[in-house]
Amino acid sequence: MSTEQPKIGVFICHCGSNIAGVIDIPTLVEYAATLPNVVVAEDYRYMCSDPGQDLIRERAREKDLNRVVVAACSPTLHEPTFRRVLGSIGLNPFFFDMSNIREHCSWVHTHEEEAALEKAKDLVKMAVARAAELEPLQEKEVDVKANVLVVGAGISGIQAALDIADAGFKVYLVEKEPSIGGHMAQLDKTFPTLDCSSCILTPKMSLIGQHPNIELLTYSEVREVEGYVGNFKVKVERKPRYVIEEKCTACDDCVEVCPVNVPDEFNAGLGWRKAIYIPFAQAVPNAHVIDTEHCLGMTPIACGKCKDACEAEAINYEMKPEILELDIGAIIVATGFKLFNALRQLEYGYGKYPDVMTNLEMERMLSAAGPTEGKILRPSTMKKPKHIAYIQCVGSRNERYNSYCSRVCCMAALKQARQIREKYPDIKVTIFYIDMRAFGKGYEEFYETTAREYGVNFVRGRISEIRGSFESDRIVVRGEDTFLAQPVETEVDIVVLSCGIEAAKDQGELARIFGIQLSADGFFLEAHPKLRPVETNTDGIFIAGAAQGPKDIPDSVAQAKGAAASALSMVAAGRVKVQPYTAVVNEDLCAGCGICEASCPYGAVKVVDNIAQVTEAQCKGCGTCAAACPNEAIAPQHFTMDQIIAQLDALFKEAE
Amino acid sequence: MTNKSWEPKIVCFACRWCSYAGADMAGTSRIQYPPNARVIRVNCSGRVDPNFILRALKLNADGVLIAGCHFGDCHYVSGNYQTSRRVALLKEYLKEIGIEPERLRLEWISAAEGQKFAETMKAFVNEIKLLGPNPLANGGPE
Repeated sequence: MSTEQPKIGVFICHCGSNIAGVIDIPTLVEYAATLPNVVVAEDYRYMCSDPGQDLIRERAREKDLNRVVVAACSPTLHEPTFRRVLGSIGLNPFFFDMSNIREHCSWVHTHEEEAALEKAKDLVKMAVARAAELEPLQEKEVDVKANVLVVGAGISGIQAALDIADAGFKVYLVEKEPSIGGHMAQLDKTFPTLDCSSCILTPKMSLIGQHPNIELLTYSEVREVEGYVGNFKVKVERKPRYVIEEKCTACDDCVEVCPVNVPDEFNAGLGWRKAIYIPFAQAVPNAHVIDTEHCLGMTPIACGKCKDACEAEAINYEMKPEILELDIGAIIVATGFKLFNALRQLEYGYGKYPDVMTNLEMERMLSAAGPTEGKILRPSTMKKPKHIAYIQCVGSRNERYNSYCSRVCCMAALKQARQIREKYPDIKVTIFYIDMRAFGKGYEEFYETTAREYGVNFVRGRISEIRGSFESDRIVVRGEDTFLAQPVETEVDIVVLSCGIEAAKDQGELARIFGIQLSADGFFLEAHPKLRPVETNTDGIFIAGAAQGPKDIPDSVAQAKGAAASALSMVAAGRVKVQPYTAVVNEDLCAGCGICEASCPYGAVKVVDNIAQVTEAQCKGCGTCAAACPNEAIAPQHFTMDQIIAQLDALFKEAE
Repeated sequence: MTNKSWEPKIVCFACRWCSYAGADMAGTSRIQYPPNARVIRVNCSGRVDPNFILRALKLNADGVLIAGCHFGDCHYVSGNYQTSRRVALLKEYLKEIGIEPERLRLEWISAAEGQKFAETMKAFVNEIKLLGPNPLANGGPE
């Protein structure tokens, strides 16, 4: 501990009425002034604002403060802000503690003013006690590797990779599928401009394939991430394609001889592909891949026709998975989403009635490159339908599945309805909705035009049942028209389910691999919902696109650019500050028993000559060693025994 | 000490990555819960030294809550597994010395689980109220 007498200033924030509306601030200030070592206690309306920060600086100079406590919001939000204030007046930034009287007090005990005040007093008292025990620390700077790993090559990952590569930094772009492009590649047209999706996406895809700064790793998955900001060690598994990318000429000779037919994922199962295939015509890389799940067998060779047919000798059945080890500066996770599985919402009869389809299936049908070459056909009869019904919010805004709004399905349905009416003015289209949400730039106008000029019908009400007609081969949809407060029942030929967006199947596993968190809806959690939307709580790892939450293309691209800029500012600076919370050994107390060594999750502690030694670069400051040490000989800085005991003693001792 | 005006005093150790953020989430979502607990922020639930718990109980804390990341989610790989083992052992020890092991509670609360943080607080405060004040407060169990 430093030897000088602590002189603590306590600064209490009103946060407008967020804190002051519940907690009696004058009483709290008065109380804070009586606490040990406190030489000044003051309040201000917004402590984080410029005048608030100036107030701290002025008082610190006047009263020669050497410790500062701010009672305000969560330290997650403003601890860095106030540490900078201390740094700006030559105080060690770690002589600072924050007591959270907003998130942990005024916001959660809103109607219990007295108890909230008592709690706030305790929280300030604990922070003051801890402040007295704080020690000066130096933030360490570490080098940042001059490259970025982008995981997921849908539109978000593609955009982020291009921005970073264009800025002159190396990008590793990892995609688990055999081609990049993601969901956007499956779309026919995009709202609200009706741009052809391929026309705006495929040029970017081919740029990725050619960019000198981008190393594209398709059919690959990140298996392990170790290390810390600026210096991640990443293991990427390259799954065997069984086709040598560089040799494959995409001539399709192999496809012609392959005897196995498999439902084509790219066409949402509406078409067929072979066991050796290229996912879609514009795939990057444009090379075949063998789907081992459906191939008749390679070891031993059961068929071997593709290999015989390949003049380029690109097929190699002996390929093995390969692990690449990369040293990475920053990571952007843009792993996308999955569509809600329509089979789960039983009442809509998906899987039971062939003419009930998902919005993605309709999208593929609308595509000129799709299984019907753009013709709308009833799957059951392969004839043109007369009436198509859209059911909105399938799997979204529904407590049984996902309570959130998937944000894209309203516009997607409007867009498809308009495309159908453009092509076939004689097909009737009815959209059954809860609310039409057309919130983006140009979206409301698109909605208006679709309704007015394209004659699409809208019925407000959730469809409760779908069944086969007793009289014909059509489908009956039943529900309520909530505007007319009347039941509706109508016969249609095709039902399109507007399936919502869900977190990817392996989202939890991804979160574990990257050490980032999920929010309650299952998507990745951003560091702050408004002000840090692309950062995660793990320094150096950023998120973009629908992996963070349902998003349309403009929002995904915008967020990808944001994530790219954030990652760039880190790798371009070349250095980054890391928190100095590493464990320190008190050699006088250490008995060399090695319990800390066994408890460390990182192998950062080793007993050498009967004394524990910490490898700083490996230690992350979790403090598990400290809790395990029987002699209290090891502790992480800033979370020492004395500091925590001081908080406990302050809380409980005086109560006697 | 009369139970009428008595309100349990609880200390909660919360890891900064999951549970402290979960408590913040309860705040931003304005989910109300009883004001009996004071949170001490630690980097990992694995930092919670059994001595902290014993000291708190010795100083008449009515309950100690340790909140960390769910298994598999620990920011420090495996800190929470060690916490879980320590707490299990410590509960046995508390039984031996005559303190109800229910006064020590371990919960996994993620950064998204503001609701769970609030529910945990409610449940724990109710449980402690049923147990009554820390037996050490009246000279200890003899």
